Amino acid sequence: MNDEQKKPDPSTLPKKAASQALNFFYGSKQALKNINLPIYDRKVTALIGPSGCGKSTFLRCFNRMHDLYPGTRYEGQIRLYPDDVNLLDKSVDPIEVRMRLSMVFQKPNPFPKSIFENVAYGLRIRGEKRRSVLMDKVEEALKSAALWNEVKDRLDELATTLSGGQQQRLCIARSLASEPELLLFDEPTSALDPIATASIEELIHQLREKITILIVTHNMQQAARVSDFTAYMYLGDLIEFGWTDDVFFRPKEKQTEDYITGRFG
Amino acid sequence: MAVSDSLRATISRAKRNDLIFVALGIAALLFAASTFVALFLDMVGDGLSRLNPSFFTEFASRRAERAGILAAWVGTFAVMLVTALVAVPIGVASGIYLEEYAPKNKLTALIEININNLAGVPSIVYGLLALGLFVHTFGLGASVQTAGLTLALLILPVVIVATREAIRAVPGSIREAAYALGATRWQMVSDHVLPYSMPGILTGVIIGLSRAIGETAPIVTIGAVTFIAFLPPSPVTSSPPFLSFDWLASPFTAMPIQIFNWTSRPEEAFQANASAAALVLVVMTLLMNAIAIWLRYRLRRNLNW
Repeated sequence: MNDEQKKPDPSTLPKKAASQALNFFYGSKQALKNINLPIYDRKVTALIGPSGCGKSTFLRCFNRMHDLYPGTRYEGQIRLYPDDVNLLDKSVDPIEVRMRLSMVFQKPNPFPKSIFENVAYGLRIRGEKRRSVLMDKVEEALKSAALWNEVKDRLDELATTLSGGQQQRLCIARSLASEPELLLFDEPTSALDPIATASIEELIHQLREKITILIVTHNMQQAARVSDFTAYMYLGDLIEFGWTDDVFFRPKEKQTEDYITGRFG
Repeated sequence: MAVSDSLRATISRAKRNDLIFVALGIAALLFAASTFVALFLDMVGDGLSRLNPSFFTEFASRRAERAGILAAWVGTFAVMLVTALVAVPIGVASGIYLEEYAPKNKLTALIEININNLAGVPSIVYGLLALGLFVHTFGLGASVQTAGLTLALLILPVVIVATREAIRAVPGSIREAAYALGATRWQMVSDHVLPYSMPGILTGVIIGLSRAIGETAPIVTIGAVTFIAFLPPSPVTSSPPFLSFDWLASPFTAMPIQIFNWTSRPEEAFQANASAAALVLVVMTLLMNAIAIWLRYRLRRNLNW
């Protein structure tokens, strides 16, 4: 994203996760085909591609959301570092995976509870009962999500009374409160107006200092603005992956270029 | 370009049909409402003179002017308590299981169809079932507990269906939000789905109970007595353990039975008693529905997704 910044060879960077030979099936329909993608530590990786290309499906493999629905099947691996565990392994409890990785959804989905309870919920199900600890962590998470100043005097009010953009930042705070290792964003701004979108993007900028982010987006300008790396997917295949400005300005594949320049997609 | 006359004519014809439908709708509504109002006023006219405090504190009597509904309303109250205590946990748990846990297969589909069918079974059939099962096989007698269990069976489908519908109204995005934070299925249900669907569940429960409160056939079938001059034993006693469940096995009568009994008497004075008791029953039902509406309004204020 910054041309002046000298870009090292990605293979020298520390990895946070990597999908290896990942196939995914909805029943007999194969939605992901042999995806090999590294996710670099404390970088933002954007997944772009036309509707139905499998980018959200891919994202939802990371926290095993597909396990909730019958008839879904994974093949291959998603390894999480530094402990080098395969998240998709049958012996790995999906609950444990979801405790380590957090997800922010397309449409803001706060619980119809108070602002405080929304952010504290992840901590509560991790067994935290001490009010003072909850209070501290909720404050910290709301500050990280750039929402604290707007809600600090109304933590007991219903989360659903917040505006759409505030609700999405609340969902981000809710995800951050339990200190996830990897943050998954599934088109987090597609339901928001341009001003709220800008504030979420600004937030992603700040968060990448502390946490690894994987973001699915429909909006190519957004991918260009917020990400370090970009992966272009089409019909379940990973077509191209690299530094974001390489993918956008010097795509290796004709297909990527067609999509990015708007000739297709 | 001008609008053609034939298009204008089409529009005005369509608007006329609109008006005709509104008129028909209002007529149908007025017919239903006025029938109820007429019945209610007739009941008030016949029964209001009998509604005094002693009507509620006296047992039935051979002399109409001294007869009251004490045994009937206490019996109805006791039976409803048993019905609610049995039907609510079983019905809500079944609804949760079917909606959140049960695999979607043929067996589940069969169970679902049968639950919906059960809601349409005539209530006398439940009475016959209860007579065979609770009274004869289990030897529970023509008692409060038998009546409570019978009416619980009767309203179970209503509670299950209401629970399922209320649960289904909780958006999938809320479920996914809870799962994504690492919640187990039960945490997701108990922390989110159940609290958010409580207004709908409560409404269903109360509508079920207000159906049960007026049921006559099943409790006549199990052998509720029509003339009784004592109350079930008190659930609270003066000696340890201070709680008694003897009232469950006590014979009883209920409001609809008392009304039925009075209407079948030849004396004119008992007709007034029947009207007065029916008035009390209708008011009880309306009150329960009012509570349902109020609860739904109160609890749903917070839910806008």
